[in-house]
Amino acid sequence: MQYENSYPVKGGDFKEAGKVAVLIKMALKKMGIAPEILRRAAIAAYESEVNIISYARMGTIRLQVRDDHIRIDVEDEGPGIEDIELAMRPGYSTATELIRELGFGAGMGLVNIKSCSDEFDITSEVNQGTKLRILFHIPETG
Amino acid sequence: MDILDAKLLVGRKLLNTKVDTAFSADLLSDVLAYARPGSVLLTGLTNPQVVRTASVLDIAAIVIVRGKIPPAETLRLAEELEIPIMATHYILFESSGRLYRHGIVGCIQKVGADEIVAL
Repeated sequence: MQYENSYPVKGGDFKEAGKVAVLIKMALKKMGIAPEILRRAAIAAYESEVNIISYARMGTIRLQVRDDHIRIDVEDEGPGIEDIELAMRPGYSTATELIRELGFGAGMGLVNIKSCSDEFDITSEVNQGTKLRILFHIPETG
Repeated sequence: MDILDAKLLVGRKLLNTKVDTAFSADLLSDVLAYARPGSVLLTGLTNPQVVRTASVLDIAAIVIVRGKIPPAETLRLAEELEIPIMATHYILFESSGRLYRHGIVGCIQKVGADEIVAL
């Protein structure tokens, strides 16, 4: 299996939040990915999407599917994260009122992405942007 | 639906699944983190993001509480993504309690096992 797609996400576009996650879920479903795995991937995509919309100017969510894994790369142009350790702490949030009105900004985004994934990497540069690499293993079915 | 005196807004054809778990929250971050597939989602939020969240999580149905009527775009999206939506005038606590009394339990019971320490 070889599938790749890239989804642009615009910062501040709150109305559209979740759209890419739903598209990714549908794409994975079509490929016959097991529900348990595609759900985790879609949750991670949703959280990433909300993060870009909430904090960055723009970003991209790239989906890559192979026989043995799903990989989601998130890259944004934005303020970056100064203290990643702090940002990864459950409940820590710098969300604005606008984000909270939508029902997000509880300080669980990155934590949730990590707990959904099988492998998770985050790098960030202040005033440049943040990169996430999120991996989901697909076990061999016998 | 009778239990909550609820009105079905979307999904007449979809409403055949038996449900025995639920999650109640007004925080989508928490729904994304803790709700389980096949559960009912009770919430006071009415934006399209609720429907997208439900879709991503394979939620069986959404119950909008406190007498709120979701905007047309939310209903349209629910139609499109095939997520049933119903609305009740009961508050979140009352709605949850009524469902619980009829055998529907939380899709999870607790978050974390650590003792909660008062500050």
